[in-house]
Amino acid sequence: MGKISNQTVLDKINQQFADKISAAAEPYGLLTFETTKEAIIPILTFLKQDEELKFNFLTDITGIHYPGTELPIGVIYHLHSFVNNVRVRIKVFLEEINPVIPTATVLWEGANWMERETYDFFGITFEGHPGLYRILNVDDMTVFPMRKEYPLEDPNRVDKKDFFFGR
Amino acid sequence: MDHPIIAGRHELKETTTLNLGPTHPATHGVFQNVLEMDGERIVSGVSTLGYIHRAFEKIAEHRPFYQITPLTDRLNYCSSPINNMGWHMTVEKLLGIQTPKRVDYLRVIIMELARISDHLICNSILGVDTGAYSGFLYLMEQREHIYEIYEEVCGARLTTNIGRIGGFERDFNDTAFAKIKKFLKNFSPVLKEFENLFDRNRIFIDRTAGVAPVSAETALSYSWTGPILRACGVDYDVRVNEPYSSYEDFDFDIPVGTNGDIYDRYLVRQEEMWQSVRIIEQALEKVEKEPKGVFHADVPEFYLPPKEEVYNNMEALIYHFKIVMGEIDTPKTEVYHCVEGGNGELGFYLVNDGGRSPYRLHFRRPSFINYAMYAPMSAGMLLSDAIINLSSLNVIAGELDA
Repeated sequence: MGKISNQTVLDKINQQFADKISAAAEPYGLLTFETTKEAIIPILTFLKQDEELKFNFLTDITGIHYPGTELPIGVIYHLHSFVNNVRVRIKVFLEEINPVIPTATVLWEGANWMERETYDFFGITFEGHPGLYRILNVDDMTVFPMRKEYPLEDPNRVDKKDFFFGR
Repeated sequence: MDHPIIAGRHELKETTTLNLGPTHPATHGVFQNVLEMDGERIVSGVSTLGYIHRAFEKIAEHRPFYQITPLTDRLNYCSSPINNMGWHMTVEKLLGIQTPKRVDYLRVIIMELARISDHLICNSILGVDTGAYSGFLYLMEQREHIYEIYEEVCGARLTTNIGRIGGFERDFNDTAFAKIKKFLKNFSPVLKEFENLFDRNRIFIDRTAGVAPVSAETALSYSWTGPILRACGVDYDVRVNEPYSSYEDFDFDIPVGTNGDIYDRYLVRQEEMWQSVRIIEQALEKVEKEPKGVFHADVPEFYLPPKEEVYNNMEALIYHFKIVMGEIDTPKTEVYHCVEGGNGELGFYLVNDGGRSPYRLHFRRPSFINYAMYAPMSAGMLLSDAIINLSSLNVIAGELDA
């Protein structure tokens, strides 16, 4: 797989941003860590521009919602270094009411639509985005449908509740 | 006037606003582009999408893993087996399932057939849009034969739902192998004939060469993947960079273009079809050498047992019950798996909370990401060039909107 190990990548990031990296892990060999919304753009810039790492490709930006936690809204970045053939996943967690994070469109043009999609479904505002409005849902929609408080089916339906399945 | 599409336009403008789509025959799907036209030339454009948005990511949070396969069919419906198997491999990666080599090779055969059918649609439609209808008719017949092979393997043609977590629902029968061999024999001369019609065709080259060129830097900045990125000269292919389903056992080339124009994209897709034929030939040889009758991994907790056994064998009945009722624990973790789809890197980001359905499933859909450049790159282009540019990007509406 990769020409450089995950440990090398993590060490290099830790040298620069030691106090801003947390929860580093490697699920299925993919280096994953969390950071803060203040540090995300400096870290992405560093990863993209570092001579050795060269994370030149933004694979994906998406969101996630964990209701009931302190910082429930997550933004997840997948980066890929074509030169070293190694990937990294970065997570930033934000507050539930009016989550704001700086945009990655300053680094990659492709972030434009990925961030619009994330805004559309999770209501995350990407500060500095050139045109942040809904992309897949109708324009006059008032909710952010991928948040967990919006059930898919009739919430009064009981035949699919978890306790029927021993969970 | 507040609407983002028309906001900021002057009321006394001298340009024309043109709605390209959503149901124009030239767009081959529900794509709407609101174009600002100065005569025949596009000044600027805005893409609107979401016409067939079906909230698959939300639905997937409420379905067991095996019921998500039919959702993936409807992403890129020109090559649905790749989506199906990409999803199965994601779940297999999550659960740590090792599939037998024979299953991998059978999957490779089906996935490469799907890639051929995808590229074949794209290139022949590109021919139709540039005014050459006959090439389309020659190749469409071959797609029919590919669909007949799917039909023999899984019973369905377009939205295939092919395979299961761990392998296939049944073994390939002799007719299926015969049809694959017959297809390989018949397809090569037809593809050759198609190339004779197009590759050095003066009209075709005039319409496509040098039109909509994209530099490698721009393509990477827009996160392009697949044949259109390779046409820009970047040799990124998931099958080589992160081999899945035993692609490392095969010998094949990754074609790249030079300047990323429409002609290069056409040539890259054309060469990829030849490489797919090469891979299928190798896969057929490899399948011969593997033990017969192996068509799924031994994972009783996730692979439904045959019905006769469910009625007559207690273990099978228990497993059947556990699978259907979703009583099997799965790891609480997250996994990203990607396959080389018809249009590029098709990724599945799966966050699992240990239940029978994903906590969050995100599809990295190449068409959606590739299409983001369409409106900016159309600025300054002639309308007729913009239309063939759209067909050469091969954007599939289902994958665009999810």
